[in-house]
Amino acid sequence: MPQNSFGLISKAAAVYAKDLRLELRTKYALNAILMFGITTLTVVSFSVGQSGLPPKLLSSLFWIVMFFSAMSGLAQVFVREEESGTALALKLTTDPDAIYWGKLGFNLTLLTIMTVIIAPIFFIFTDAPTDNLVLFALVLFLGMIGLCGATTIVAAIIARASVKGALFAVLSFPLLLPLLLVLVKATEKVLLGVSFSSVATELQFLVAFAVVMIVGSVMLFKFVWLD
Amino acid sequence: MYELKGEDLSKRFGELKVFSKLNFDLHTGESMAVIGPNGSGKSTLMMVLLSIYRPSKGKIAYLLDGKEMEENQIRASVSLVSPYLNLYDQLSGEENLKFFATVAGENITGKEIENLLEKVGLAGRGMDLVGGYSSGMKQRLKYATALLNKPAFLYLDEPTSNLDAAGKKIVADLIEEYRSQSIIVIATNEEEEYHLATKQLRVDK
Repeated sequence: MPQNSFGLISKAAAVYAKDLRLELRTKYALNAILMFGITTLTVVSFSVGQSGLPPKLLSSLFWIVMFFSAMSGLAQVFVREEESGTALALKLTTDPDAIYWGKLGFNLTLLTIMTVIIAPIFFIFTDAPTDNLVLFALVLFLGMIGLCGATTIVAAIIARASVKGALFAVLSFPLLLPLLLVLVKATEKVLLGVSFSSVATELQFLVAFAVVMIVGSVMLFKFVWLD
Repeated sequence: MYELKGEDLSKRFGELKVFSKLNFDLHTGESMAVIGPNGSGKSTLMMVLLSIYRPSKGKIAYLLDGKEMEENQIRASVSLVSPYLNLYDQLSGEENLKFFATVAGENITGKEIENLLEKVGLAGRGMDLVGGYSSGMKQRLKYATALLNKPAFLYLDEPTSNLDAAGKKIVADLIEEYRSQSIIVIATNEEEEYHLATKQLRVDK
């Protein structure tokens, strides 16, 4: 591997480790995400009960909870830098690419923690079928990468705006709509207990979406971050 | 030999003219005090020189032995101390220094961190969270951070703000130490700081 790649990896790892350390000390984004996720899931599951909801409805509810929980915390990764006045020091010190990869990794970690907590609660509260958990985990994993790929660049765009929260959701929604529709469809099929080949088209879309979002973001990030 | 050139630099924010037609040419060993009243655009000029803002007109050139430096080279050679630049309150002084050294691609040892902290008068306080520092201690830590990459271009915006007499002495000593190996640009209102630089540039609308 060339020297530059090692440099980029170690710088991105430092940004990631710093964000993780700050989050563990403040728990700002994590609390926001988990509080929203668990509260919504609890309210929804108590409202609809455990009476064998159809997979389509279960799948939609799950991704609505995931989407809004993600919206409540993923923007923090850049908003915190702008609000605390540390963005300038970062801009002057390191490559935009290292910052993007570090922040993307951090958001992915946040979303993974959220999913690890929310998904089991979802299965327990809604009595959703658990026959196809490996495929469910695969859809979830690809969905998380797509969500993070799209929302990390949007978080960088809105970080300096005055109405950050609203703008984050408004800008993210059209970007994430195709992803959410496919995730709902794929999850519905998984809950129905179909085989891998039956969700292959959805999985292909999820991989393509994640790749396009991340590659596009890497190309755009420098301009968003420095201008 | 490093060189910093500004040619006919102008900056506007929409209809608001901040400064216009500034010219200067600095070489390693030279320093420039950017002077002017409050709101005259001294800090904006610093941001323009650091490529945080684009100039509305004019050109900035960073040269090494007469050849234009690339973006990565420039990033590795500049440092800023400014009221607009903050460090991480939830990290300790040492953690801040280690983080900024790593993301800048520098290897730094524990001993070097200790030496830097001692140089800015923060010996023994490196493990404390920066959020617990006084404003003067934070300013000192900004100096330690700025010196991590042994900058060829050192930008100081209101260099002694929040500092006590001992802190001001440390800053004067640091400027003296780096004067021969760096280009130093100081934005200040304080007349007693004009003498820290070898040249002056008046900024006014």
